[in-house]
Amino acid sequence: MLSAKNITYSIGKKVLLDNVSVDFLPGKINMIIGPNGAGKSTLVKVLCNQIRPEKGVVTFGGKNLQDFSDQDLGQIRSVLSQNLELSFPLKVWEVVMMGRYPHYSIKPGSKDERACEEAMRFFDVYAMADRNYMTLSGGEKQRVHFARVLAQIWYAAENGCRYLIMDEPLTFLDIHYQFQFMHQLVKLLETNDILVVGVLHDLNLTAKFSDQITLINEGKILASGNRKDVLNKENIKTAYRLDPIIVEDTLKNSFYLFFE
Amino acid sequence: MGRYSKQYSSIYPVIIVMLVIVMLVSMRYGAVDLSLDEMYSGMQHMFVPADQTPLAERIFMEIRLPRAILCAIVGAGLAVGGALMQALFRNPIVEPGLVGTSSGAAFGASLYFVIGAAFKYNGGEWTLPLAACAGGIISTALVFVLSQSKHDGKSSIVGLLLTGIAINALFLSGVGFLAYTARDSQARSITFWTLGTLSGANWHSVLIVGISTLLCIAVALRYTKHLNALMIGEEEAQYMGINIRKLKLRILLVNVVMVAISTSFTGVIGFVGLIVPHFLRMLKGSDNRFLIIGSALMGALVLSVADIAARMLLRPAELPLGVVTSIIGVPVFIILLRKKNYYF
Repeated sequence: MLSAKNITYSIGKKVLLDNVSVDFLPGKINMIIGPNGAGKSTLVKVLCNQIRPEKGVVTFGGKNLQDFSDQDLGQIRSVLSQNLELSFPLKVWEVVMMGRYPHYSIKPGSKDERACEEAMRFFDVYAMADRNYMTLSGGEKQRVHFARVLAQIWYAAENGCRYLIMDEPLTFLDIHYQFQFMHQLVKLLETNDILVVGVLHDLNLTAKFSDQITLINEGKILASGNRKDVLNKENIKTAYRLDPIIVEDTLKNSFYLFFE
Repeated sequence: MGRYSKQYSSIYPVIIVMLVIVMLVSMRYGAVDLSLDEMYSGMQHMFVPADQTPLAERIFMEIRLPRAILCAIVGAGLAVGGALMQALFRNPIVEPGLVGTSSGAAFGASLYFVIGAAFKYNGGEWTLPLAACAGGIISTALVFVLSQSKHDGKSSIVGLLLTGIAINALFLSGVGFLAYTARDSQARSITFWTLGTLSGANWHSVLIVGISTLLCIAVALRYTKHLNALMIGEEEAQYMGINIRKLKLRILLVNVVMVAISTSFTGVIGFVGLIVPHFLRMLKGSDNRFLIIGSALMGALVLSVADIAARMLLRPAELPLGVVTSIIGVPVFIILLRKKNYYF
C-alpha cells in the first residue's frame, strides 16, 4: 500500500497541499483528478520524493519514503513524468534499457534484455526498437517511455508490491492509443502486486477505468472513492465551475459526463 | 547482448590503427625529418646514456616520442572531459572550456609563474599542476555557484554558459594582468599557456598527465550508466535509482582534475572536447558506455593530427596548438549552433 498522511506543502504564503491524507491500494487503478493548480502534480512530486513536504509522511508498504535509498526505490517504483525531453540521438531500445538501470551495475543481463523486449511488445513499440528516438512522433515517444517505466518494474519485487506513478500519461496520444494504454494497464493489474497512481485530465476516461478516484481542489481532497461518490454534480461544480450532465447506465456499466 | 556491443566495436580498431599511423608520421616529420631506421634504433638504445647516441636518436627519444605520447593523452583527456560535461549538462554543445575550467587553470599556472618562486615551500614538479588544478577548480566552482538560480537552486544551461563567459573573461584578464606585470621570461611562459603548445613535452609531463588522465577516465567509465540516465532528465535519473548530487560532484571533480592537469602542461587547447564527442554521436549514437572510450581514442587522433599541422604549416617555425584547434573548431562549433535540433 502507498499512503500519504497529513501532507502539507507550501511555497511562500501559498499553501499548495493542505493536510492531505490518501491511501492507494495495490491491484487497483488509482487516479488523481482536479482543476489546474489544484495541487495534483505537487502531490505526485511528494509521492516521488522530488519535494519534501513540511509536514506529513509518505510510506511505501509501511516503510517511510525517506528511509529508502534512491536505488532501492528505483527497483520497486517507476515514475513517468510529463514533458520528457531528450536532445541526444539514442535508439529506442537504449531508452527502454534505461529502465533496467537500478537492476544491474555495469552490463545488462539476459533478464534485463528480456524485460525490455517484453515491455516493448506490451506497449506495441518493439517494431521501432532500432529507430532513433529523436525522429519519433510525440505519441510514439510517449509509448517508448511507457515501455521504459514498465521495464523498470517488469519482474515481481522480492517482497511487497511494485509501484507505478504517472503524471498525465495520455498527453500526445490519439484516442486509439489512449484506450489501448488504459486497457493494457488493466491487464497489468491482473497480477495484483502492482499499484498504479496516475494523474488524468479526461474525466470520462477516469470514470471508465479507475477503481479509486481522488478529486483534489485548492490543495485539499474534495472527495475520494468510486466514480459515483466522486464524480457527482456538486463535486464537479465545486472543482471545475461547470454543470455536468451525467448519463449512467448500470446495465451496460457505463458512466458518461457531458458539458455544455 | 548483441545489440549492445555491436554499435561501437567496429569503429575502435579503425581509430586505433589511424592513431598509430598518425603518431608515427608525427614523430617522423618536424623541423628535422627522421628516418624510420633512426626511430627504430632510438628505441633500441633506450637505456644507453643520451650523450653516447647520435643526435637524430636523441631528438626522437627526448623530443618527438614524449611529445607524440603527451599529445595523444591530452587529446584523450580533453575529449573525454567534453563528453562528460555534455552528458552532465544534457547539452551537446558544452565543453570544459565553456564553464571556466581551462581559463582558471591557466590563471593558476600564470600565478605560479609570476609569484611561485617567492614561496619557500612547494611541491617540486607537482607545484605547477597543483596550481593549475586549484585554479581550474576555483573557476569552475565559481561558475556553478553563480549560475544557480535563487529560486530552486538549479543551474539553467543558458545561465551556466553566460556565467561561464563572464568568468572566462575575468580569469583571462587576470592572466593578461599577470603577463603585463611579469618579467620577460615569465611573460613568455604565460603566453604559452593561453595559446597552447606541446613543445614543452618531456617524460615527466607524460608520466604526470598520463597517470592522472588514465585514472580519471577509469573513474568516469564507472558512471557511464548514470550519465546515460541523466540524458532524459535529472528527475528521471533519480527515479531510476541514481543519487544526482553525488553524481554531479564526482563527474565535475573528475573533469576538473583531468582538464586542469592537462592544461597545466600544454596550455589552453580549445574545441577538441566539443567536437570529438559530437562527431562520434553523429556516427554511432549517444550511449556513454561507448562514447567515453570512443572519445578517448578519437580525441587522441584529432589532437595528433592538429599537432602535425601545427608543426608542418610554418616549418621550421611552429604554430601554437590552441590556434590550430580553434581554426578548425570555431567553424564546426558555429555549424552545430545553427543546426535546428539543438536548443538551450
